[in-house]
Amino acid sequence: MRTVNTYIGSPVERVEDYRFLRGEGQYVGDLVREGQWHAAFVRSPVGHGVIRNIDCSAALAWPGVKAVLTAADIEGEIPKIPFRRPNPTIGPYAQPIIASGKVRYFGEPVAVILAESAEIAEDALAAIVLDIEQLPAAIDRQTCMSDKVVLFDHPGSNIATVFHANKGEVDAAFAAADVTVRGQFSTQRQTALPMETRGLLAEWDPKSNHLTVYGAAKLPFFNRKTMADLMGLPETAVDYIEVDVGGGFGARGEFYPEDFLVAFAARKFHKPIRWIEDRREHLTAIGHSREAECDVELAFSKDGTLLGMRGDLFVNVGAYVRPNGMTPVRNAAQFMSGPYRIPAIHLQAHAYVSNKTPAGTYRGPGRYEGSFFIERLMDLGAARLGMDRLALRRRNLVTDAEMPYPLAPVLPSDGRAETNCDSGDYRVCFDKCLEEFGWAQKAEFDGKLIDGRYHGLGIACFIEGGASGPSETARMEIEADGSVAVYAGSSAIGQGLETVLSQIAADALEISIDRIKLYHGSTTYLKEGWGSYGSRATVMGGSAVIDAATKLLEAFKVAAASRLKLDPSELTIVDGVARAKDGRSVPFDEVASMEIKADGRFDNWKPTYSYGTSAVHLAVDPGTGHVDVIDYTIVDDVGRIINPLTLHGQVTGAVVQGFGSAFSEELVYDADGTLLVGSLADYLIPVATDYPHVHCVSMESFPSPINPLGAKGAGEGGIISVGGAVANAVASALRDFGVQPSRMPLNPQRVWELIQDGKKALAST
Amino acid sequence: MKLPDFDYHSPTSLDEAITLMATPNARVLAGGQSLLPIMAFRLAAPSALVDLRKIKGLDKIEITQDAIHLGPMVRWRDVERHEGLAAALPLLTQAMEHVAHYQIRNRGTVGGSLAHADPAAEFPGIAVTCDARIHLAGANGKRVVAAGDLFVGPLETCLQDGEIITSIELPRWPQARRWAFEEFSQRRGDFALAGIALFYDLDGERRAQNVHIGVIGATDRPRRLPGAEAALNGQALSDEVIAKACAAACAEVDPPTDIHGSAEYRRSLVGTLLQRALVKASS
Ligand SMILES: Cc1cc2nc3c(=O)[nH]c(=O)nc-3n(C[C@H](O)[C@H](O)[C@H](O)COP(=O)(O)OP(=O)(O)OC[C@H]3O[C@@H](n4cnc5c(N)ncnc54)[C@H](O)[C@@H]3O)c2cc1C
Repeated sequence: MRTVNTYIGSPVERVEDYRFLRGEGQYVGDLVREGQWHAAFVRSPVGHGVIRNIDCSAALAWPGVKAVLTAADIEGEIPKIPFRRPNPTIGPYAQPIIASGKVRYFGEPVAVILAESAEIAEDALAAIVLDIEQLPAAIDRQTCMSDKVVLFDHPGSNIATVFHANKGEVDAAFAAADVTVRGQFSTQRQTALPMETRGLLAEWDPKSNHLTVYGAAKLPFFNRKTMADLMGLPETAVDYIEVDVGGGFGARGEFYPEDFLVAFAARKFHKPIRWIEDRREHLTAIGHSREAECDVELAFSKDGTLLGMRGDLFVNVGAYVRPNGMTPVRNAAQFMSGPYRIPAIHLQAHAYVSNKTPAGTYRGPGRYEGSFFIERLMDLGAARLGMDRLALRRRNLVTDAEMPYPLAPVLPSDGRAETNCDSGDYRVCFDKCLEEFGWAQKAEFDGKLIDGRYHGLGIACFIEGGASGPSETARMEIEADGSVAVYAGSSAIGQGLETVLSQIAADALEISIDRIKLYHGSTTYLKEGWGSYGSRATVMGGSAVIDAATKLLEAFKVAAASRLKLDPSELTIVDGVARAKDGRSVPFDEVASMEIKADGRFDNWKPTYSYGTSAVHLAVDPGTGHVDVIDYTIVDDVGRIINPLTLHGQVTGAVVQGFGSAFSEELVYDADGTLLVGSLADYLIPVATDYPHVHCVSMESFPSPINPLGAKGAGEGGIISVGGAVANAVASALRDFGVQPSRMPLNPQRVWELIQDGKKALAST
Repeated sequence: MKLPDFDYHSPTSLDEAITLMATPNARVLAGGQSLLPIMAFRLAAPSALVDLRKIKGLDKIEITQDAIHLGPMVRWRDVERHEGLAAALPLLTQAMEHVAHYQIRNRGTVGGSLAHADPAAEFPGIAVTCDARIHLAGANGKRVVAAGDLFVGPLETCLQDGEIITSIELPRWPQARRWAFEEFSQRRGDFALAGIALFYDLDGERRAQNVHIGVIGATDRPRRLPGAEAALNGQALSDEVIAKACAAACAEVDPPTDIHGSAEYRRSLVGTLLQRALVKASS
C-alpha cells in the first residue's frame, strides 16, 4: 500500500528522458505536412532607415517560390503586438508585425518569402531588392537618451517609461548616513539562446475557419488570444499546440512578428506554412536582454547597517517594446535591494529605445542585473566601512522575524507594484554556503599569487521571485484502464515539467506514478491556462493539479458510492480503489465509463521568493586575463523540494548560464546598428567542459505559506548572483592592482585591460 | 542556413579528381568542417564538390628517414592516434590537441586546413614553422611550394583554380631538439586568439641555434617571427634574452582587431605566449 508523499521530494528520474534519449522527441522541426510551404524572412540589413522600395519581382520569378508578402499585403493598418504587462506610456512603442515605412533594427522583418522548400526560400532572399535609405542609428545610451536620433516621431522621445521604486524617506536616510558609496556599473546585451531555435507550423482549415499553430512554448493561451485578436477571429478559432521544446529561458514562446506572419500566410494561401529559424537569424530576431547600466548609491551607518539606496538605472530595450519588454526594467528597480533590509529606497529605472533588436526577458530578468550592481556596491561599502564583507552582508540580510518583508513598490504599476518576500531566514543559507564552500579554509588564498595566477574569493546573495500569477488550471479524467489523464495549463520548455507534475498528481491521488498520463501546454486541453514563465509552473501548475486531484477523488467517491449503494462517507480510497467496510471495493477503471473528471484551479497573485547565497573561488592569469573558476558553491532555500534531481539540474544549468553572462556572451553592434555577432563562433556560450566545479545545495527550511505545496519558484535563482560573485572575486584576486570591475562581461581581454589600467595607475602614483 | 544547390562527385583516382576540378567554380571537399558552414552561410556557392574520400592512399601517414609525409585526407584524429608521430614530431601532435572538438576532429583534415588558410588555425602554423613542403597537382601538372609561400592572406592561398594538395612533407627532427607550443583561446577548442609554435637546437655551449618561431591568430596568416628569432639565435636563453625576443615579437606582429580581441590585446598575448613557450622549451 502506498502512502502520501512518496514521490514529492524523491529523486524521480525524468520521465521525458526516456523519449529524448532514444531520439523520439518531436520538435516543431520534425513536423511535416503534405504540401506545406516554407517561409524565409527578408530582414533589414541596416539598423535604421526609410524603406523606399521593395522589389520582389525577381524573387517571385524564382523557380519554386510561391509568394512574397510585404507590409503592402496587410490590409488596413499594420497590427501591433500587444503587451503582456501594459503601462500608460509604452503604447506608441509596440512592435508592428512587419516593417512598413521605416526599419528600426538590423533583422527587422520586411518581407516573407514562401517557397516549396526552405532551401529555395532562403536562396530567393538574395533576389529581393531592398531600397532602404539608411539613417543615423541610436545605439548607445547617450545618443538614445539625448533624443539626438529619435526612433518614433510620435511621441518624439526615446524614453518609453521611467519606473520608480520608492520606499521610506531616502533623503533623510542619506542625510543620516555615516558612510555612502556610489558606483556606475553595466551589464551587457545578451540573449537567452535556447538550443532549439524558434519554429512554427501554421495550418488553416478553410472549412471550419480554424487556425492551428504548432511550436507553442511558454505562453500558449496568451498567444492564442493575441493571435485571435490580431487576425480578427474568435479565440475558439485558434489553437496553439505544444510539441517538444528545446529550452525557453524567457525568450522562446513570446508572441513575435513571425508568429503572426506565418499564420497570416497559412490563412491567405490555405497552405500549411512552416518556418524554422536558423541560428544567425535567431541572434537578430529573438528577444535580447540585459543591456543595463546604473549609477547608484548606498547609505550605511558606522556599524554597517544599510540605511538607504538611491540612483538611476538605464535599460536599452531595443527598437520596440515587446510583450514583456518592460519586465527586466521594472524588475531591476524592484529587486535590486535583493535579500537585504533597506528601509529607504528611491530608484528610477529608465527604459529607452534604440536601433537594436527589441528586448524581452532572459532567465532572472532584471534580477541578474540588479544583483550584480548591489553586490559590487556591498563590497565597495565594506571596504569603505573597513568591515569584513561577510559580516556586512550578514548584518543586513532579512530574517524570519521580518516576514512577510515588503520590497519597494514600483510605479507605474503593471498590476504587480507591491510585493512581499514570503518566508525564510536569509542568514541560514548564507551560513550554510560559507560552510559548504569552506570559506574559512579558502580565505588564505584570497588575493594571493600562486603559480603565476592570482586567486580570489567572492560572495553574492540573491532572492528569486517565482509563482507568477494570476492563476493556473488543470483537469483530470479517469481513463478506461484505470489511469488518470492530467491536462495542465503549464507548458514544458525542457524543465522537467512532465516529471514534476506527475509526481505531484500521483501523490495527490495516492496512486502509482505510472498511472499518470500528463498532457500539457496546448490550448486544446483546457479552456483557460497560463504557461511557464517567472518560475511558476511547478508552484502554480502543481497547486492546480492538487486541486483537481482533490476534486477527482471526491467525484470518484461519489461514483463508487452510488455503485455500491452506500454513502460516500462510508468509503475510503486507497491506491485508486474505493473500499467499503464490508470488504466490497470499486477500482478506478470500473467507473471510467461514468466519465469521472474534475477541473482544478489555483489563483494567486503573490509571488514566492526563494533565496540563497553563492561563493566562488577563482584564479586569474594576469598574462592572458583568463579566469578559471576553481569552485562555485550555491546554497538556496526553495521552500519545498519536489524533485532534487531536476532541481539540481536546473540550478547547475542556471549557474553555468550565469558564467556565460559573467565571462563571455555579448551581442556587439557597430555604430550603424549592425549586429556583429552572427554565429556561435561569435557568441561564446559556455560549453560542457568549461566549468566543471559547480556545487549546488538546496534547502527546504522555510516552506512558502502561500501555496498548498509550500514550494517556491526554483532553478532560475542560480543565475542571479553569478555576475556579482564573480566580479567581486576578480576584484579580490587583483587587489594588488586596485582592480574594481564595473562592466560586464569579464572576458579575458577586459580582465587584461583592467590589470594594465591598474598597473598604469599604480605607476603614476 | 541551408546549403545551396551543387553537383557532387566522389572520384576514385587523383587524375579523375583533377579532371573534375576543371569544372568552373568546383571545390574540393575534404572533411567539410569549414567548407560546409561557409556554404550554409552562403559565403561560397560552388557549382560542384569533388570529394576526395574515395581516392586510396590520400589518408596515409608515412615516416621515412628524412621526412614525415601526411596525405591531405589525414584527419586530426589520425594524427592524434598515430603510433610514431608523437615521437617523430612532438610539436605537431601537441599543437593538434588544440584543434576544435572531437566531433570536428573526427572529420577535419590537414589538407583542408591548409587550403582553408584560417590565420588562427594550428596546422598551417606548424607547417610554416617546420618548413613544410606542400605538394600540389592540377591540370597544369605538379609543383611543390614552401608552406611559407602557400599563405597569401586570411583564407587565401597561392593555390590555382583546380589545384589539389596531394601531400604535405615535414622534415624529420634531431632527437635533442627543443620545442614548445602555446596558444590562448577563450574556450578550449576555439580558434586561437594567438598562438606560438617554436623550436631550436642547442649548440655545444648551450646556445640556441636554428631558431624557428611561428605565430598564429595574431597576424593575417601564419608566419615566422624573424626579429624574435634573431634575438635568440646564438644566445643562451636567459630571462633577459627571452624578454628581448618577446619585445621583438610584439613589435613585428600587426594583429587585427575584431569582436574577439583588440590588436593591442593580441600583441600582448604574442609576447606572453612566446615567453611561456621559451621557458617551457628551455626547462
Ligand atoms: C566549431 C569548429 C571549430 C573549429 N576549431 C578549429 C580550431 O581550433 N583549429 C583549427 O585549425 N581548425 C578548427 N576548425 C576547422 C577544422 O579543423 C576544419 O576541419 C579544417 O580547417 C578544414 O578541414 P576540412 O577537412 O574540414 O576541409 P573542408 O571543409 O572540406 O575544406 C576546406 C577548404 O579546403 C579546400 N580543400 C580541402 N582539401 C583540399 C585539398 N586536398 N586540396 C585543395 N583544396 C582542399 C576545400 O575546397 C575548402 O575550400 C573548426 C571547425 C569548426 C566547425
